[in-house]
Amino acid sequence: MDFFLEVLTGGLLAGVMYSLVAIGFVLIYKASGVFNFAQGAMVLFAALTFVSLWEHGIPFWGAFVMTLLSMLALAWGVERVVLRPLVNRPPITLFMATLGLSYVIEGLAQLLWGSQVHGLELGISDEPLEVGGMLVSQFDLFAAGVAGVLVLILSLLFNKTRIGITLRAVADDQLAALAVGIRLERIWMIVWAVAGFVGLVAGLLWGARLGVQFSLSLVVLKALPVLIIGGFTSVGGAIVGGLIIGASEKLAEIYLGPLIGGGIENWFPYVLALLFLLVRPSGIFGERAIERV
Amino acid sequence: MSAPYILQLNQIEVIYDQVILAVKNVSLAVRQGSIVALLGANGAGKSTTLKAIAGLVRAEIGEVVQGRIYYQGLDITHAAAADLVNQGLVQVLEGRHCFPHLTVEENLYSGAFARKPRAVELNQALERIYHYFPRLLKLRKNQAGYTSGGEQQMVAIGRALMANPKLVLLDEPSMGLAPLMVEEIFQIVHQLNQEEKVSFLLSEQNATVALQYAHYGYIIENGRVAAEGETKVLSVRDDLQSLYLGL
Repeated sequence: MDFFLEVLTGGLLAGVMYSLVAIGFVLIYKASGVFNFAQGAMVLFAALTFVSLWEHGIPFWGAFVMTLLSMLALAWGVERVVLRPLVNRPPITLFMATLGLSYVIEGLAQLLWGSQVHGLELGISDEPLEVGGMLVSQFDLFAAGVAGVLVLILSLLFNKTRIGITLRAVADDQLAALAVGIRLERIWMIVWAVAGFVGLVAGLLWGARLGVQFSLSLVVLKALPVLIIGGFTSVGGAIVGGLIIGASEKLAEIYLGPLIGGGIENWFPYVLALLFLLVRPSGIFGERAIERV
Repeated sequence: MSAPYILQLNQIEVIYDQVILAVKNVSLAVRQGSIVALLGANGAGKSTTLKAIAGLVRAEIGEVVQGRIYYQGLDITHAAAADLVNQGLVQVLEGRHCFPHLTVEENLYSGAFARKPRAVELNQALERIYHYFPRLLKLRKNQAGYTSGGEQQMVAIGRALMANPKLVLLDEPSMGLAPLMVEEIFQIVHQLNQEEKVSFLLSEQNATVALQYAHYGYIIENGRVAAEGETKVLSVRDDLQSLYLGL
């Protein structure tokens, strides 16, 4: 039983790491209806920029702020070059654009900072901590705390502020948003900047875990089942989806793995997501399209 | 009526996607404080004309290629929608276009943000909308997507009013609504016009109700103005009645 709890806790905490990436998707999807395939590349770009600046002797917070500014510049550029010319085009057009964008951003990162692997030591001990007889990773606890704070800030932003109402309005109906005088360009720029910030946080934590390297942009793929389960439009859903994926893949690996051969951790989340698609295609917390008959 | 013109269209021509000519040579004018109706069949170019005025055709890959549009004497032919809203020119889109996942109250709020009101002003503006649309007060916490068609039309008009407009462009307000609801909506338009001197330019296929409430009317056919005149005159012209108005 203790072992079960330990696996479960470890899985839940690992899941939070997936959630961090998924939240970036949710933000952009909510405000523009675009599935931003380039989110992974943004995570990579942020992590690589940060670690390169840090290695050049710039102190932690200095590097953090400079990276944040570069994410803002990136958001500005994306809005100008990609989003603005594609206003009111079908979602698939925008999706394809972000697909291309992901390669551009990865290339840009490589051009600026080179392609070698960097280690990233955030100074958080990875010594397991003993909590009630269980061993829990301190790093995972820290990541979970960060994710919690992030979700709190974002849900306040979305539900309590004028910006939040405006963001949700744009997500619902772009033409109507234009008609009431909302400046779409400004909103997209804000949302991509916030997604860039979330990408930076995710990039630091994932970078510290895996090392800052180009495979970092592949964490996107693990965010997909998280989004399908949690729903594409809910920040809370991204968290719950991450927890479900994290816990179930670890439990499946331990208890199901020996029966059908190991390594199922890698594909189990996708099977789970497929099952969810059959039962609840909009995810647990996703907004269902309102249709009146 | 000899009030100055709040809006003037000078022989405008609108093309979509660089090939589709939707409006050719439309000239019209709206006097301050009046209600003007654009009448005509489906596809005649009424919606495009309104969207051209509000700066919304560009969002649909359209463009005003000929002619000029003046609002309060200023050339707004290529102005951005957000700037026009700030100057008091707001459009209520055909088919209402509420934000379905936002509550009724959030929908209304969204209409005011463009002018960056303080919290007090925002709440006063909201009170005003509930004064004109008491029905919305009961629905304020409901998601707009789940309210009835007539209620959504009220939300859409209320949302436009939150911007404190001087001129409202109303596109097909009666579309898909029950006759009683149509009457109620037009009553409120009339009341806003009388009490607050808001000018309206509205497009309608329902000529009966539009002619009843508007002061002046234009009949649009194939992207041109086919006839115009005071509504009193238009509604008794036999030739128009059978040809365009279906009265």
